[in-house]
This record gives sequence, C-alpha cells and structure tokens, in this order.
Amino acid sequence: MIYRGKAIKYGDNINTDVILPGQYLNLTDERDLAAHCMEGIDSDFVNKVEKGDIIVGGSNFGCGSSREHAPIAIKASGVSCIIAKSFATIFYRNAINIGVPAVECPDAIDEINEGDILEVDIEKGTVKNITLGKSYNATVYPKSIQNLINVGGLVNYVKSIRGVN
Amino acid sequence: MGKAITEKILSDHSEQKDFKPGDIIDVKVDFLLTNDISGPVAVQEFEKMGDGELFDNNRVAIVLDHFTPNKDVVSANVSKTMRDFAKSKGITHFYDAGYGIEHVILPKDGMVKSGDLVIGGDSHTTTYGALGAFSTGVGSTDVAGIMALGTTWLRVPEQMKFVLKGKPDKWINGKDIIVYIISKIGTDGALGKSMEITGDGVKYFDMDSRFTICNMGIEAGALNCIFNFDEITEIYEKNAGVSNYKIYKSDEDAEYDYVMEINLEELQPMVAAPHMPSNGRPVTELSDVNIDQVVIGSCTNGRIGDLRTAAQVVKGKKVSPNVRALLIPGSREVYLMALREGLIEIFTESGFTVCSPSCGPCFGGHLGILGRGERCVSTTNRNFVGRMGDKSSEVYLASPAVAAATAITGKITSPTEVA
Repeated sequence: MIYRGKAIKYGDNINTDVILPGQYLNLTDERDLAAHCMEGIDSDFVNKVEKGDIIVGGSNFGCGSSREHAPIAIKASGVSCIIAKSFATIFYRNAINIGVPAVECPDAIDEINEGDILEVDIEKGTVKNITLGKSYNATVYPKSIQNLINVGGLVNYVKSIRGVN
Repeated sequence: MGKAITEKILSDHSEQKDFKPGDIIDVKVDFLLTNDISGPVAVQEFEKMGDGELFDNNRVAIVLDHFTPNKDVVSANVSKTMRDFAKSKGITHFYDAGYGIEHVILPKDGMVKSGDLVIGGDSHTTTYGALGAFSTGVGSTDVAGIMALGTTWLRVPEQMKFVLKGKPDKWINGKDIIVYIISKIGTDGALGKSMEITGDGVKYFDMDSRFTICNMGIEAGALNCIFNFDEITEIYEKNAGVSNYKIYKSDEDAEYDYVMEINLEELQPMVAAPHMPSNGRPVTELSDVNIDQVVIGSCTNGRIGDLRTAAQVVKGKKVSPNVRALLIPGSREVYLMALREGLIEIFTESGFTVCSPSCGPCFGGHLGILGRGERCVSTTNRNFVGRMGDKSSEVYLASPAVAAATAITGKITSPTEVA
C-alpha cells in the first residue's frame, strides 16, 4: 500500500492529550472527534487538513493516554498515515488496530518541511520526500503485525479467528 | 542465564517459551478492565466482532470512574451504555459511579493479584506491577479483541532495572522516586520496555507507594513497571483476602539492558514542572511558584496512605486563602477509612473541599478544571499542555506531602517547612 500526501509536521512527544483533549472523551462519533483533532496543540489543524495528508511527528508520538479517540480523530480527519521517529506503544497498537498506518522513519523526519509532498510505501518500508527528491528507509512491520494490517485491522482479525463473517 | 520477573510471567502466559526482546508473542489474559472512556468505543468494536460472547464474564471489570457522577447528558449516556452492556453480558465485576477509581479498587478487591497478566483499557494499568503482576494498558479495540478472545499479542520488552539503595527521608513517597527516575531517563526513556524496581531500599516503600511508582511507569513510555513479590506484597494480598496468587521474583543472574542506582538518602521531594512528567526538580528549586489549586487524589496518589500523609501535614492549619484545595479519595473504601480515622475532618477543617471518589480533574473531564493561566499542584500523573483545563494553565506533579504543604502556604513548598 502506498500513501501520498502533504506533510503536516509536529515535534517530539506529541501526546494524546493534545491530539484529543480529555474534555471530549465522552464523545464516540468519529466526526465529532475529528472536529477537535490536534486542538491542544494546533487549533488550525481542522482547517488546513486535507484528505490524504500525512502527519509527521518526532520521537515518542502518541505518548500518554490509551485513548483510542486520538487515532480515531486523526483517521476521521482524512489523514492517510502518520510517520514519526518513534511511537508510544499504546498509540502504535491503536493505530494499527483501526487501520491508520504508523510508520517509523527516523532518518526522514528532520529534513521534512511542513507542506512537503511525501510518499510512504508500507510493504517496502520506504518514505520518499517528493519535494526534496530524497528517499529513506523506514522500519518494516513484523510479519504478524503485517498480517493484522492485511486483514484490515483487529476487528476483522478477531472475526477470522472466530470463524464469523 | 536467569530470567527477570517480567520474562517469567510472560513465559507462563504464552505457548511461545523461547522468546527474546522484540519478538511478538501471544499471551493469555487473566484479567481485563475497562472504564467509561475506553469502554464505549470497545463496546462498539466488540459488537462488530461476531457472536457477542465474552471470553469469560468473571474476568472482565468495568469501572465507571472518569466522567462520574455524570456531569452532563453525554456522559450519562456513556455510563448507561456501559451499565447496559455489563447487564446484558452478565459481567460480574461492574463498578458503578461513586465506587472509585479502577486502579485503586481492583487490587484492593482482589480482582487483580500477584503473578497475573492484566490488560486494561487505560494507560495507567501499569499500576498492578506493584503486586508482582504483569500489567499494561491498551486502547478500545484491543479491549474488544480481548473481551472476545481472552488473548492478545505483546512485543517482548527489553529489561531495565532501577536499584533503590539506602533509607529515604520520612517525607519521601513513591511519587518522588518515579518523578526522579523519569527526570533522568525522559518520557521515552523506557519506550516499550520493562521497568523493574528493586534493591534493598524497596522495603521502605509500602504498597501505596509502590502502586504510585508503577502507575507512572507509563510516563517513561514503559510497557510495564514491576516489583518483585516480597513480605510487603504478601501482607497486602492477605489483607485483600487473596490466597490464590502466584509468587514471581527475578533470578539473581537475570540480564538487564540498563541499570540505574538511586541513592534514597540523597533524594529530595520532587516536583515535575509543566508540561512534561520528565521536568522533575527538587521541590526547593520551585519554591517561588504561586499556586491557585491543589489536588490530592487520583489513581496515582488517592490511597489511604497518601491521605494519611497529607493529613499529617495539614492538621491544625488552614489552607491559604489564595488556594482551592481538593481532596478526592480514590475509592469509597478509602473515603470510609479516612472518615473513620478522622482524616476527613482534618481536611475539611483546614479548608479542603472533599469530592466523591473519581478520577476528578486529572484528565480535564470535570471537577476542578483550571482557568486561563492558573497553576495547580496535583498528585496526579500527567502535566501535559491543557491536561487539567485551559491550554494556558499549568500542572505541577508532586507527592501528597508536597501538595498538602503547598495548599497551606499557597506556593510550592516542602513538607519539612510546614509540618
């Protein structure tokens, strides 16, 4: 799967509180959550995000709370994938489970400028910065995680294990 | 080569025995918990997963603690969703509003116990490592998957060891230890790894302090944080009425990727300044900071030991007129104990407002939300931007003793100056 989009860039330790502030955690509809996405750090995000955009983070992206509302809000905003130097463990799982690719590509991050056009190839494990004309190697998912992604996330995976359609 | 406690517990819960850090293994889950934040989304996803059968209705707990007692119709409907789900699935361990906070209730009620593998739809599920259990947090879809299967996958963590040496000062709480550790290794210092707290100094820390330490392991990015089973654990389990626990301890020759020694004799009370739990500094370095609110409570420091310490500091003194001081017992049981011991009277007389057991303002949900530019010293676990209210507000994380002393003076204060 290849994702192509414009970069929206943030720094290190972007936590789930700033991605989706706690006061909205009683919301469950993904459109309601998307309306508050990144509100804690970037009140302009909801205006500038376009379908297919790629969020770029530094190290420890998604640290903090286990709230799945954070990756749900990002996905419902139209973001196609997230690349970062590293991801917090729970956020990483949540993103995979709901079908938002979270790609670790430490080498690419520092050179990316807001608005650069990026191309991410999940299977090959590459990130191309089209604007800069450069290519970088990304971490490839372990086989079992790749299987989870290939079946379409955890809901489908559980259904396949239980033999239900 | 010996094994660390985390490796032993994982091994006993997996069919894959020959694993190394970084491997993905499938594990059997002894106990699963969820709440009124992760729960509603988990219920949505669970319904999509097929036949609607829970893996075991005796091994799932639902605790309504975040938005309770409900502050508005949206929260009330969220609680109702979970109440209805618990009823329809015959979930035995359902804790409705007012019972208290999941991580305070469950070990005390013997729901989670030493040697268990516990997964929770809350990042602070790492708390139960204090019992010598493996415990970690996940999101809602993972909760749904475990409700269906009773199993999940884990990436085997690398092992880190934190060795406590010497005897601490009487005001040192588990909070000071973990804030100190995070200030040294950073919020990603233990990313995906296992933090083991060990050494001769652990004997000075009761279970309440140990819960505090493990609770905040996640603030260093750890998969889990854990103590070896000892006499203090044993007494706690007996008092909780638990007998079918399992004892795990690390081997002497277990290997660790990282070892840090902490000299308890030199450790001062610590405060994590905004906006990261890693901004820890000795309390004396922040003594000029004026404070608008103090919060004592949460899954980190809302236990009876925490309340006893804070009461010792505030007894016979008045809360500063510039401070709103909130006391939130971690559970109804803690509240009752505090009431019987006269602590509630001490807090109320000094000017604290006592709230019903819940997560309170910790995550910015309700009760004690901060306004523009306001500062709070809180015994909670996170001080991210806007965590407790307005984006321009600030949260300083501290022990119950420091929080209590601060409530009296109105600025960040060491308990030695007040008590």
